[in-house]
Amino acid sequence: MKVNTAKKEEVPYKGEHLVKLEEIENQVSELRTQLESLSKSSPENKISLIVFSGDLDKALASLIIATGAAAMGMDVVMFFTFWGTPILRDKGKKVGGKDFMGKMFGTMLPKGVCEVKLSKMNMAGMGTVMMKSLMKKKNVASLEQMLELAAEMDVRIYICEMSMDLMGFKREEMIEYPNLTFCGVAKFLEEAQNSKVQLFI
Amino acid sequence: MSEDIKVDKVMDLKGMPCPMPIVKVSKGIKDVEVGQVIEAITTDPGALADFPAWAKTSGNEILKTDQQEDLIKFYIERKA
Repeated sequence: MKVNTAKKEEVPYKGEHLVKLEEIENQVSELRTQLESLSKSSPENKISLIVFSGDLDKALASLIIATGAAAMGMDVVMFFTFWGTPILRDKGKKVGGKDFMGKMFGTMLPKGVCEVKLSKMNMAGMGTVMMKSLMKKKNVASLEQMLELAAEMDVRIYICEMSMDLMGFKREEMIEYPNLTFCGVAKFLEEAQNSKVQLFI
Repeated sequence: MSEDIKVDKVMDLKGMPCPMPIVKVSKGIKDVEVGQVIEAITTDPGALADFPAWAKTSGNEILKTDQQEDLIKFYIERKA
């Protein structure tokens, strides 16, 4: 609209009408392409979370946000990287063929949601045990239950391939999850770019 | 009080902490038709802020909120 009215005022000579019309047409088509690219890059109703921490409390918070967002009708993406990756290991799975460092990381890092510890007041594991029993008493869902819920609610999980490789984890030792993808940073950024909310936890 | 609202489904969410009430309600509301009403009963004090936020975002409408001591009842109409 703006273009049209502005251009109309700027047409003083009859002979230049055709030229001006062409100019306007060009501008309109230019605006149209701009509008199209704008609508393509505008954020979707989506949340992208980076789960960097391997602590029970932070993992729980990220899963609560993820399931809450799914309940609110948002598309949810969780990107597990670095200390967050061992949370997704399956306790029951055993894989061989690891080198020395891989074995060491394998034993020292938690094997799945059950072995994840509190970031504060762990007190050699006592704090975590107390927190877990308190969570049960207060009906707060465990990490395991939250992961199940996330799967039910179509929360998508991405696992950082580089972190896995660094710590010597193999794909075969990760949990069975319906929407699990192994990827790198670009995949996450593609999702984050058109998300309304991005969080680093 | 609630006689004037016809309830099609009752959801007992007592004792459930965050985020379960809205997770359950977001699933439960899909069991009723658009225009029908669910009654959600919760004991989570956070729900007083959470339910309106959820309803606004998900495009549903809270017709009435009833609070009796620890019990909070929401009457939610499915809009979308």
